[in-house]
Amino acid sequence: MTPNKSLPVLSDADAPPPSPRDGVDPIGDGPLDPARRAFLRTAAAGTAVAALASCSSGVDMEDFLRKHFKELSPDELKKVLAKVEKRNQERFGKKTTVSAKGPQPGVEYGYGLDISRCVGCRRCVYACVKENNQSRTAPQIHWIQVLEMDKEHGVDLAHADLYYEADAVPRPGKFYFPVQCQQCRNPPCVKACPTQATWKEQDGIVVIDYDWCIGCRCCMSACPYGARHFNWATPNLPPEELNPDQHYLGNRPRPKGVVEKCTFCIQRVREGRYTACVEVCPVGARKFGNLLDPESEIRKVMETKRVFVFKEELATHPQFYYFYAT
Amino acid sequence: MGYVRPRIGALAVVAALAVVPGWAGAAEAAPGATPKAPAAKATRPEPKPPLLVQAEAPPFSEGIYPCSACHAGMPKNGTRRELVFHDEQQAIFDHGADQRWCLDCHDLQDRDVLRLANGAPVPFTESYRLCGQCHGDKYRDWRVGVHGKRVGHWNGEKTYFLCVNCHNPHSPRFKGVQEIVSGGKKTVAPTLTYLKPEPRPKRPEEQRR
Repeated sequence: MTPNKSLPVLSDADAPPPSPRDGVDPIGDGPLDPARRAFLRTAAAGTAVAALASCSSGVDMEDFLRKHFKELSPDELKKVLAKVEKRNQERFGKKTTVSAKGPQPGVEYGYGLDISRCVGCRRCVYACVKENNQSRTAPQIHWIQVLEMDKEHGVDLAHADLYYEADAVPRPGKFYFPVQCQQCRNPPCVKACPTQATWKEQDGIVVIDYDWCIGCRCCMSACPYGARHFNWATPNLPPEELNPDQHYLGNRPRPKGVVEKCTFCIQRVREGRYTACVEVCPVGARKFGNLLDPESEIRKVMETKRVFVFKEELATHPQFYYFYAT
Repeated sequence: MGYVRPRIGALAVVAALAVVPGWAGAAEAAPGATPKAPAAKATRPEPKPPLLVQAEAPPFSEGIYPCSACHAGMPKNGTRRELVFHDEQQAIFDHGADQRWCLDCHDLQDRDVLRLANGAPVPFTESYRLCGQCHGDKYRDWRVGVHGKRVGHWNGEKTYFLCVNCHNPHSPRFKGVQEIVSGGKKTVAPTLTYLKPEPRPKRPEEQRR
């Protein structure tokens, strides 16, 4: 694409229609007249376009100039989704469906994890990888990290081992503490993002627009749970293992250099299904449901069990709860 | 004052009548069954019950059921003793073994059913009722979905697993489960061995290229 080609498109879309000026700006004291403003905007965009054209990364101009996800009109969104599907087809040679289904009204997701049941078998870790199209190796990305802790010390990160190996679990004297994105109500990662590429949805899921992420990793340093992961290289994902049921804000394949995280399997839960980790857990330690529904499993947990949140002292107010059923 | 007391008494009786049928129904019900609504709540629209589907129970050991196939011709002996048959079950039996033996849960008269502590017969398909008479706390948790596992939809049709899907009744401490196909349906069955964990994640230094 050449700079010249895109210029008229830009000025058509963004510039206000040229109007005859009567000398004084009616609102405020804005010194720029619209024509000049439009000119400056086009010129600035032109510079950007020229800069882009000179770099060889093959960045798509349309992607570069599109609006923020939350500002997309339905038509524009449709185009963006079609483009993601096309890109998937090119990259994996496989047909995929990418949805952008929004939150359901009256729903706030809550997740419960029963510490007294978890046996640390790591089935959830790999079910998550399979469902959410993470990079398998180099870099290996796991959204769930199962920590082995000493019963003697309780929940204490100074006595936690992520890399435990065993022939059989649970090991005597140990308990297991899986950590993933806590979907905070007061998310430090969202505050840290300089580009608003990550935000909290109405139903409580903290999502990332991978097309908006610049890979600065500020969110990773802000997250106290180590729940965000960076694609240091192009994700290594065999096409035959690609999950074709995708969500734009969730498990669609990521490019190199963006951050990703657990989204409560947004592509599943927005369709009413349980998350992959809930479905695979062999001990039924994982509970999921609508916090606003008094009959939901998660509400029964909250009402009858000893429930706590991880790193409560940081006031992140997670929507992810740990509990002891016994 | 004199005429107030009978009114309170009558109220209490009405309340008790309203509550008892609901409670009795609920105590016996599986998660799938809707307990009978108390009379007091009849005017309020009942919330739509979520669709609950019972998972397929793991199959019996090969050739063991119906029990009456062998037991019909045997003399009925209710005395507690070491059996000279059912070695498979006796070898692993670890369910309060000091206090319990076969006929505390299996029925002496009708071999093809189980029995509650009060002597009422319970079919094998409703064995959770038998479990619930001792493990009431777990039973209550299970009925609302806090204990045990459910799969499917968080706001729609979901499948719940039974006690016997994860616990071997003769050796009930949880060890592990395996996926099996029973009755043409995918389900899970308890194992006698503990689970082996999946491989550990790679350490950062192992990820360097």
